[in-house]
Amino acid sequence: MLVEAGHFALALALGLSLIQFIVPLWGARANDPVLMAVAPAGALAVLACIAFSFVALTFAYLNSDFSVLNVVQNSHSAKPLIYKISGVWGNHEGSMLLWVLILALFGGVVALARDSVPMRLQANTLAVQAAITIAFLLFILTTSNPFTRVLPAPMEGQDLNPLLQDPGLAIHPPLLYIGYVGFSISFAFACAALIDGRIDAVWARIVRPWTLGAWAFLTLGIAMGSYWAYYELGWGGWWFWDPVENASLMPWLAGTALVHSTVVMEKRDALKVWTILLAILTFSLSLLGTFLVRSGVLTSVHSFAVDPERGTFILGILILFIGGSLTLFAWRAPMLKQGGLFAPVSREGALVLNNLFLATACATVFIGTLYPLALEVLTGEKISVGAPFFNFTFLPLIVPLLLLLPLGQTLAWKRGNFLGTAQRLYAVFGVAILASLAMLAFQHGGPVAAPLGIGLGIYLVLGSLNEIVTRSWSRGTPLSVAWRKARGLPRSTWGAAIAHAGVGLTVIGIAATAWGVETIGSVRPGERLSAGDYEVRLERVIPRVEANYRDDVAILTVFGSGRELGTIETMKRLYVTRGMPTTEAGIMTVGLGQVYASIGEVQADGSIGMRLYYKPLVLLIWIGSLVMAAGGGLSLTDRRLRIAAPARAKAVPPSAVPAE
Amino acid sequence: MVIWFILLAMTAAAVMAVLWPLSRHRAVAAQTDPDTQFYREQVAEIERDRERGVLMPSEAEAAKAEAGRRLLRSTGGRGEGFAAVGEPALRRRRAASTLVLSIIPILALATYEIYGSPQLPSPAAPAQQADNIDLMTAVAQIETHLAKNPQDGRGWEVIAPVYLRMGRIDDAVKALEAAIRYQEPDANRFANYGEVLVMTKDGLVSAEAQGAFEQAVKLDPGSPKARFYLARAAAQDGQVEKAKAAYTELLSASPADAPWVDAVKQELVALGAPPAEAGQGATSGIGPEAIAGMVAGLASRLEAQGGSAEEWARLMRSYAVLGQRDKAVAAAHRARAALAQDAAGLKTIDTMAQELKLTDAQP
Repeated sequence: MLVEAGHFALALALGLSLIQFIVPLWGARANDPVLMAVAPAGALAVLACIAFSFVALTFAYLNSDFSVLNVVQNSHSAKPLIYKISGVWGNHEGSMLLWVLILALFGGVVALARDSVPMRLQANTLAVQAAITIAFLLFILTTSNPFTRVLPAPMEGQDLNPLLQDPGLAIHPPLLYIGYVGFSISFAFACAALIDGRIDAVWARIVRPWTLGAWAFLTLGIAMGSYWAYYELGWGGWWFWDPVENASLMPWLAGTALVHSTVVMEKRDALKVWTILLAILTFSLSLLGTFLVRSGVLTSVHSFAVDPERGTFILGILILFIGGSLTLFAWRAPMLKQGGLFAPVSREGALVLNNLFLATACATVFIGTLYPLALEVLTGEKISVGAPFFNFTFLPLIVPLLLLLPLGQTLAWKRGNFLGTAQRLYAVFGVAILASLAMLAFQHGGPVAAPLGIGLGIYLVLGSLNEIVTRSWSRGTPLSVAWRKARGLPRSTWGAAIAHAGVGLTVIGIAATAWGVETIGSVRPGERLSAGDYEVRLERVIPRVEANYRDDVAILTVFGSGRELGTIETMKRLYVTRGMPTTEAGIMTVGLGQVYASIGEVQADGSIGMRLYYKPLVLLIWIGSLVMAAGGGLSLTDRRLRIAAPARAKAVPPSAVPAE
Repeated sequence: MVIWFILLAMTAAAVMAVLWPLSRHRAVAAQTDPDTQFYREQVAEIERDRERGVLMPSEAEAAKAEAGRRLLRSTGGRGEGFAAVGEPALRRRRAASTLVLSIIPILALATYEIYGSPQLPSPAAPAQQADNIDLMTAVAQIETHLAKNPQDGRGWEVIAPVYLRMGRIDDAVKALEAAIRYQEPDANRFANYGEVLVMTKDGLVSAEAQGAFEQAVKLDPGSPKARFYLARAAAQDGQVEKAKAAYTELLSASPADAPWVDAVKQELVALGAPPAEAGQGATSGIGPEAIAGMVAGLASRLEAQGGSAEEWARLMRSYAVLGQRDKAVAAAHRARAALAQDAAGLKTIDTMAQELKLTDAQP
């Protein structure tokens, strides 16, 4: 009964969305507040319906209701509780339901923010949101219905894909989807602004928190996915330039550009048209990501949906929304009034440069991801574009961007002084160079790029700190005053500094991978295998039986420079229902580095194949991402209205850094 | 039926949720122009910053000037107020309400009508679920028992078919292996083991499976299952003639109504033997006399030693197939007499009698 009611609620949400699409648009045209007031009511009703539907499906999973096909295909009564819950979105149908749930959730929040958003903007935005909801509800109901029933109900389910039975993957999709779908709000606001034909700093102020929030969640989602791939796939890598990963990286790059361009728009009322375009592109890339992953056009570990009917449907949605919004843009954008002017050397100029680099980097990822697909469709030839392509195209775009980052952050608004700015950074630059040189001197025949990368990372971290320091301290200021001044700085300044320092940490982590050591060998119990300064001894291999899987556990003792550090377990796991083996890597964290072991098959002579890695500073990659997201979150809490005080044309004393 | 009331209530709630704002004749307060309000807040913010010392006085002035310029740019040409009163507004509201009242119920019910299944019973009848749980606990108990006593061949034999039903084929293979290892050699056991091995290979008879079937035939040359799969193995090895001969032989040795007869005939057809020949093979090999003889043999054995309900049912069917309805009826009566104490057996006989339309055989 509950399942059927959940199904019906989804159908109701479709009808409600249609109303939420038509009536407010009409109201905004006629300037009728009563019709416009339907938008928030509709959005909340849609949210209630979809949330109910989601709860109904979750209940079916919790009760192992095998009369629901989706539950049969993705659950098992012996599965641990957390994976019964995460199984709801660990499959195509359920994850699409989660997608629209988050979409409705964002719509609901916009509906509740009735005081801070002008009524017409709200009505138009919610109408655009409703259009997206309609498309995806239709997709779910017609091609990916999670409420399809089977009769007679099977006795037992087929279990969730074992790769997904992991805490990392339980929370990865929700995070990623909040990111993806969060950009739908920026998109809806952009379309609403185009429909209404006006856009200004008020708009930028309203959109900024949404964009930042979506960006922070997307950052967390990507980091989570990357860490999952690192420890679950047992290959020791953390980024594979896999199309599925690229699908989330593209909106992230465009979203990063969007976050920066909205700052310009909010503070200086400039870059309006570009910001609108970016908002449209970012969400389009999110849709593209959804299409790539959900249509099954890619075959990779992530793709668990293969169905051409679905692919075509999402492609239709993709064309409708990207084409529609770009048409709207082409028609309306020329009518938008341009805003403030600025000199090339200025904070705005630096942010434009940032946007150019990010957009180009995004384009290279786009080509690297879609070109092989297009080629295969057109000629049937299969090529694979891997790390070498991206190293040659993506890195040369990102490195100059990172080099310019602290400079841009220090420049003044409207017109800046390049030399003055560079002067304030020379100490930071010097320290970074010295650090690189020191590392080059100390390492023996290691890769040259690694110390340079570390130097770049240090430069970024110190450059971000420098921003805070120079804004609150100048020669002769007592520390207590400087501290008070630093604390008085807007939270968005702190947020930006922290996020940029996070980039630096990630860069250090990535650079240090060049020093990683890998050993592959075959060991018997009692034998040792070493990687760099670390060594493991295989103690024994024991079988272990759990509710829905069996493990062959290898117990290893880890030694560091001859000293015993402890034991780790790595296992080869067999999920009995699907008969599918997985690898669980054994990881020991030493400082910021990790000793990483994964085992292969047990061989006839009782030995097992083992891969052993030592990865120095590898944790910094993810810690940096967390710091980035935290910076975004901190900036998000800054609810102040912001306007840039342009620097005077006259010489600016070095201490008079423009405040918010 | 109850479900429809629930769905209707849900529809009503959804419609009300959006009708409500349409029905409110609130006097729309002259909302402050958002631009002016934004400007005011901005200037207040700049003042606060100046007081806190975050902004220098000169910067504050510049910022205020910038905010003022923006206000000038953004306003202008937008003096129109909200159009919430008057005849057109009323008409709009009525039209919108009509839309709400029609679109939501029609779209929702139509969609649900296509994709929903309101007629299906509530999730898994509790009894069934209880059975399910019983079975799961039983399996868990047997597994624990076997973990402690891995040499209990009987236990392995019991759990193997359960594994098979649960789709855990690999476990079924292991269980049957253990069952063979710890028990007396038995043709059936070997044949079943071989069959599960064939399942794991999607129908291919591997060398391992063939070994099992050969063992089974060694222990019981008549084992139909083993002979069937050995014939299939021969066909897979390309020895079509040998396979055909083996199938034909199996067919002739089987009662005409044996459950595997159809499968064997299909295999023969697949091997290129024309259906007629295959059919003839079944009869011509033995001939009607031979069949009659076999049936007579079965009848006399059942008369003398008694037998299971299935055997009696087979006898009834054989007579019916041979066109000797009266004998079939007689067999039914005798079966009832012989199985008087056996309720399930009687039921089997009744079912068979109904199937053969032996109306005069009703008790």
